[in-house]
Amino acid sequence: MPLELLQAGTADQEYLWTLNFGPQHPATHTTLRLVLTLDGEKIVKAVPDIGYLHSGFEKLGEDLDFNQYVTIVDRMNYISPIANEIAWHHAVEKLMGIELTPRCRYLRTILAELARISDHLLCVGAAALDLGAFTAFLYGFYQRELLYDIYETAAGQRFHPSSTRVGGLLFDVNDVFVKKVRDFVKNFPKTHADIVRLLNRNRIFIERTQGIGVLSKEEAINLSCTGPIARASGVVRDLRKDEPYLAYKDFEFKVICARAGDCLARYLVRMDEMLQSLGIIHQAIENLPAGPVNVDVEGKDVLPDQQSIYRSIESLIQHFELHMPNRQWQPPVDEVYAATESPNGELGFYVVSDGSGVAYRARTRPPSFIHFAIFPYLIVGHQISDVVAVLGSLNIIAAELDR
Amino acid sequence: MNHEELLKQRFGEGSFTTSGFRDNRRIVVAADKLFDVLKCLKEDAGYDMLADITAVDYLKYPDARDRFGVIHALLNTTTGERLYVKTFLNEPDLDVPSVFSLWKGADWMEREVYDLYGIVFTGHPDLRRILLPEEFTAHPMRKDYPLRGRGERHNFPVITRAES
Repeated sequence: MPLELLQAGTADQEYLWTLNFGPQHPATHTTLRLVLTLDGEKIVKAVPDIGYLHSGFEKLGEDLDFNQYVTIVDRMNYISPIANEIAWHHAVEKLMGIELTPRCRYLRTILAELARISDHLLCVGAAALDLGAFTAFLYGFYQRELLYDIYETAAGQRFHPSSTRVGGLLFDVNDVFVKKVRDFVKNFPKTHADIVRLLNRNRIFIERTQGIGVLSKEEAINLSCTGPIARASGVVRDLRKDEPYLAYKDFEFKVICARAGDCLARYLVRMDEMLQSLGIIHQAIENLPAGPVNVDVEGKDVLPDQQSIYRSIESLIQHFELHMPNRQWQPPVDEVYAATESPNGELGFYVVSDGSGVAYRARTRPPSFIHFAIFPYLIVGHQISDVVAVLGSLNIIAAELDR
Repeated sequence: MNHEELLKQRFGEGSFTTSGFRDNRRIVVAADKLFDVLKCLKEDAGYDMLADITAVDYLKYPDARDRFGVIHALLNTTTGERLYVKTFLNEPDLDVPSVFSLWKGADWMEREVYDLYGIVFTGHPDLRRILLPEEFTAHPMRKDYPLRGRGERHNFPVITRAES
């Protein structure tokens, strides 16, 4: 960071001083740094300094093939990893023109909505924790543990499931998964109601969030905001409705919006979205179609499952072909952008293909990166204690921010 | 009026080319017209949100004629239409006009493209590196930059407690 940005005031503003917030600070939750210029306790200027976790994910995307890269996108927004996987393979499948099987579409929808609940629980819980409400955070984290159990049942991995593959999923789910999801759908509303009772009429919580970090509708559009942050400012946009992908067309749900655009509105939008997601999961798990989870092997794009590799020569050949770097997929030589509604907002991938099994360019449109850019606009004029309230309501995930 | 007719009327028939793939619609314009085209699309065609700015290095791309492509992804929040405006650049003229005056959201996106590709956005108020450290000299997303770097990691200056 250039030196002049670190020097607080000019000669006639000598009373201004500089506060360095982060990169290691309990309330940033991840590695990010803010240089705040203060007038007493009032913030005059905020300059975010990012890049501490930059590890060249997009460069790696030009080296790993379409299935391997899923392990890297997992680690972008590690709060809801499966949403990233779905977004990545959504883009790859759009590039190759693969039509998923109904069962796969339903399963991915369930996993994506579970990820949304998991993400919102963390965001709401951590925001409440920073404002002094520890209990809501613990309630949220107990439910997150159950969600991790569900991922483990579905993919064999709790934290980074790496479960999607081109044209399908790594494993089909079993009855245990269905039972666990049903239990979650049944029991979660109680925890949700507990959190609502703890926070919605909590005077301290409301006074610290209402009217703080207000983002108007025009600003939200101009600053490229998407997802719950834009919806809390009155932008009625949700890719699940506007550009339906997976199986969202089949389900009834509402797009939750608010007008106020402050931290409280963002909290309320997230809370209500969790219930809508739960409704989608309920509709999907009760109507889960039978049939194969992967696209037919004849399509030559999907990895055959382990059992059939041992039993049929076609699957063995297919497995070999897709794993040899000089054979693999043959996507069209073109480029495509595809976006999904991730818990944080529009998560899109711009995939450029040169006809090989490795993306020529795999650009991520990271919602955290775009949402952290609006932070200086939101915080100016507020007190220093509001920094954590605004940061918590934006849900910045540094691994996605820096990639 | 759709964007194509509007641009034809404003800038003339040969000022841009269109292409598409799946549901993506693209227009390709020259770098000197880019700002006016984007301004026209924002103000008269309703593309009020800038969804993304990104770049591609076509150094090793089959049959590529130009080195870099800069892509502005636009979105009309009322109708949900998307449009991708593309510009090709070649060394040594790696500069495109900044659209910060149209969309404030372009700030960090342009800084990222500058950081990783070395494309200069003229008119940007604060164009400096965003993800990589200031003293970094290369632009690592270019195709001639090796995946494992050029030893920056091993030669990173270490500051001891006594020096700090």
